[in-house]
Amino acid sequence: MEALARSLVSAVPAIAGVPLWTVTLLMMVLSAAVLLAFALTFGGLGSYVLRKVAGDIQVRIGPNRVGPYGLLQFLADGAKLLLKEDIIPAKADRFLFILAPYLVFVGSFAAFVVLPFGVGLTASDLNIGVYYVMAVTSLVVVGILMAGWASNNKWALLGGMRAAAQIVSYEIPVGMAIMPAVLIAGSLSLQDIVRSQGGLLGIFGWNLFHNPFTFFSFFLYFTAAQAETNQTPFDIPEAESELVSGYNVEYSGIRYAFFFLAEFGDMFVVAALATACFLGGWHVPFFRAEALPALWGNLLSLAVFLIKAFALVLVMMWVRWTLPRLRVDQLMRMSWKYLVPLTFVNLLGVSLWLLIFKGKGIPALIASLIG
Amino acid sequence: MLTEFATVLVFIVLGAATVALMLGVSRLLQPRNPTAVKLSTYECGEVPFGSSWVQFNIRFYVIALIFIIFDVEVALLYPWAVVFQRLGLLAFVEAFIFIVILLAGLAYLWKEGDLDWVRTMQETPPRKGER
Repeated sequence: MEALARSLVSAVPAIAGVPLWTVTLLMMVLSAAVLLAFALTFGGLGSYVLRKVAGDIQVRIGPNRVGPYGLLQFLADGAKLLLKEDIIPAKADRFLFILAPYLVFVGSFAAFVVLPFGVGLTASDLNIGVYYVMAVTSLVVVGILMAGWASNNKWALLGGMRAAAQIVSYEIPVGMAIMPAVLIAGSLSLQDIVRSQGGLLGIFGWNLFHNPFTFFSFFLYFTAAQAETNQTPFDIPEAESELVSGYNVEYSGIRYAFFFLAEFGDMFVVAALATACFLGGWHVPFFRAEALPALWGNLLSLAVFLIKAFALVLVMMWVRWTLPRLRVDQLMRMSWKYLVPLTFVNLLGVSLWLLIFKGKGIPALIASLIG
Repeated sequence: MLTEFATVLVFIVLGAATVALMLGVSRLLQPRNPTAVKLSTYECGEVPFGSSWVQFNIRFYVIALIFIIFDVEVALLYPWAVVFQRLGLLAFVEAFIFIVILLAGLAYLWKEGDLDWVRTMQETPPRKGER
C-alpha cells in the first residue's frame, strides 16, 4: 500500500505536495470502502440468490415481485429492516446486547483484508494471511455467544451456546485441512499460496490436483467450513423448528441485519479461502493473467476469482437446501470423531508426499516424465 | 509491515463505523413506542418464566477445554508448515511424533467418553422387567 502510494505521488503531479502518509491512509480507506460496498452488496444479492435457489430446489418460484425477477428484493428488505422498530428487551444486558452485532460484523468484515481478489488485488497482503483469517473469524464466536447470553432469552442462550460449541469444534478441522496449501507454498500469505499454484495449463497446478491427500483435504475443508458458518446440514444453533431462530431471536430491525450480513460475509470468506488455497485462486485456466498488461490482468484475474468463489457459494447453497439437519450429538461426533482424526492423518499424508517427491505434485511428476 | 497492519485497523474502524452509522440512520427513521409487553422476553407467546441465566450443561465446558488444547496445537503447527519444505525429514519426524502424541490424547478422550454429547452420568441399575 505504501509503495503504491509512493508511485501514485510521483506519477500524479497534482498531489506532489501531499504528505505520503495522507495518501497511504486515503488509499487504505478507499480500499476498505470498496470492500465494504462489496460485502454489503454480496449480503443483499446473496440473500436473493439464496431464496431463488431455495425456491428452485423446493419447486416454487421464490421472490419475483420487486423489480425484474425480484432482483430488487434485497433493497426492499434493507429498507424494511432500516424502518423497523429496534427493540431491546427490558431484561437484556443492554451493553453486551448492543456490542454483539459490532463484534460479529467487524469479525466477518475484517477477514476481507487479506483475500487475494486478483493479481496484486489485496487490500493488505499480510505475511500471516491464512492465520489472520482464522483468528479474526473467531471474533464471530465471541459476538454470537455475547448475543445469546445478553438477550436473557432461553432460546437465544441455547442457540448461542450451541453455536459456540459447534464453531470451536469445527475450527480445528478447518485449521488443519487448510494447512496442506501452506505446506506446499511454504508461506502463510494468501497471494503466495495462489502464486504457488500457477503453471501447467493453469488447472493442474491447482492444489486440488497436487496429490490425493490435497484432493481429499479440499472436501474436508469444505465440509468443516460449511459447519463453521452454520449452514444447514449443520445449522442446529439456529434450528427454526426447535430454537425459533437461535442466538438472534431477540434482535430486530437493523441490528438483526448485521448478523445476517455477517453470515453472508462468512460464506464468501469461506468460499474465497477455498478458492485461494485449493482451486488456484485468481489463476486463469490455460492462460497466464500475470503476463497481460497491468489493468487487464487485474480485471481478468478478479473476474476469474469471483466466478470460482461464487460457484463455491452456490454449491454451499445447494448443499444447504438438499440435506436434512444433523442432531446436536451427531454434529459433535462428526467433528471430533471423524473430521479431526482424518485431518490430522491427512496432514501427515501431505507432508510425507512432499518429503518423498520433493514438493512435486502428480501433474508435475507426469509432466517431468513426458519431458 | 506497519502499514500492512494499519490497513487492518482501518478495516476494523470502518466496519464498526458502518454499524454505528446504520444504527443511527435507523434510529432517525424508525417508530418508537415501546410497551411493557413488547419489551418482555420472547417465549413463544407464553408469559416468560424466570431468568434464563441458569446453570448449564457441563458438556459445553468440556468441549471448550478440548478445543483449547487442540487449537493451541493447530497454532503450533502453522509455523511448522511454513518451514517444512526447507527442513525436510527432521520436520516430518518431529511433526509425526507431535501428532501421534496428540492423537493418543484424542484416543484417551474418546475412550473416556468425553467426545460423546449425550452421556449418562451414572449407571442406574435396571429395574425388574427391563433389560
